[in-house]
Amino acid sequence: MHIPDGYLSPATCLIGAAVMLPIWAISSKKVKETLKAREVPYLAVGSAFSFVIMMVNIPIPGGSTGHGVGGVLLAVLLGPWAACIAVCVALVIQALLFGDGGITCLGINCLNMAFILPFAGYYIYRLISAKSPPKSNRRWIAAAIGAYAGICMAALCAGIELGVQALLYHKPDGQALYCPYGLSVSIPAMFGSHVMVFGWVDFVMAGMIVKFLQKQDSFLIKEEKSA
Amino acid sequence: MTIIKKLWLGIVVLIILTPLGLILPHYFHTQDAWGEWDPDQLKNMIGYIPQGIARLADIWKAPLPDYNFKGGGNMDMPHQCMAYVISAIIGIALISGLVFFLGKVWSRNND
Repeated sequence: MHIPDGYLSPATCLIGAAVMLPIWAISSKKVKETLKAREVPYLAVGSAFSFVIMMVNIPIPGGSTGHGVGGVLLAVLLGPWAACIAVCVALVIQALLFGDGGITCLGINCLNMAFILPFAGYYIYRLISAKSPPKSNRRWIAAAIGAYAGICMAALCAGIELGVQALLYHKPDGQALYCPYGLSVSIPAMFGSHVMVFGWVDFVMAGMIVKFLQKQDSFLIKEEKSA
Repeated sequence: MTIIKKLWLGIVVLIILTPLGLILPHYFHTQDAWGEWDPDQLKNMIGYIPQGIARLADIWKAPLPDYNFKGGGNMDMPHQCMAYVISAIIGIALISGLVFFLGKVWSRNND
């Protein structure tokens, strides 16, 4: 889901950056207001988790590869704004140091994986977990479903962003200028592969880790993080 | 052992498992992630390199491209796996260090 340089038009990249600028400002403000000192080590290990899970590429035999993101898990435990910051830091380092995801489309990649993903997943988690007790099964199941839904939603958005390029930008002879595949290819490829395979990585990891923290009686489970 | 130490232990396990992210796709002959092809690879697929991709693909030269040493693409699998694990450790140190620092500064007045 890390869109490389050249696959999106400069206008698309600018829109991504323009949308992310206020989100970064609000995230830092919200985190300043709500992040507790004892949560900081968890946010640090959470950002490490998101980075490393993105390195474990899962192959679809005969198809493409992909990975989990882990952003919804962070949102469930530490709130979606803190999750946004942690995943953005991971994405910036991935782009700058490892060339994973473009520099020009950093805004769009943050929008997909650090904003849409944790927020969509977080609200679905809240909807399903409702007022259930912190240690109930319903909590880890809600986290797993939220994690799955969040990454699928982000993949759908990435598919749309890539797919509209062919529609909007091409030379008179029909050659594409940026991502050459249209929506009818990009959406099944991006959304479909996450629904079928990669989304389940986040499903399993979020479910397992929330259950682990329930068993450990962690304060992260007892306190409800609001958006 | 504290919970945070157990979680870091989990990260160490994941670091050890990261080479699977290289080996499995290689073993199953899968393509790169969808929409993340090199310009040359794309040319093989559609017959040309879209102008914008030709212009922008190399706009940034990452020091450890694709979690590998520069020019390491021709190395054998064990060496690539080693570079991958080292990349994971460097990335985690930088990212968790930065997030820890930001979190410390931002959470100063809370508790």
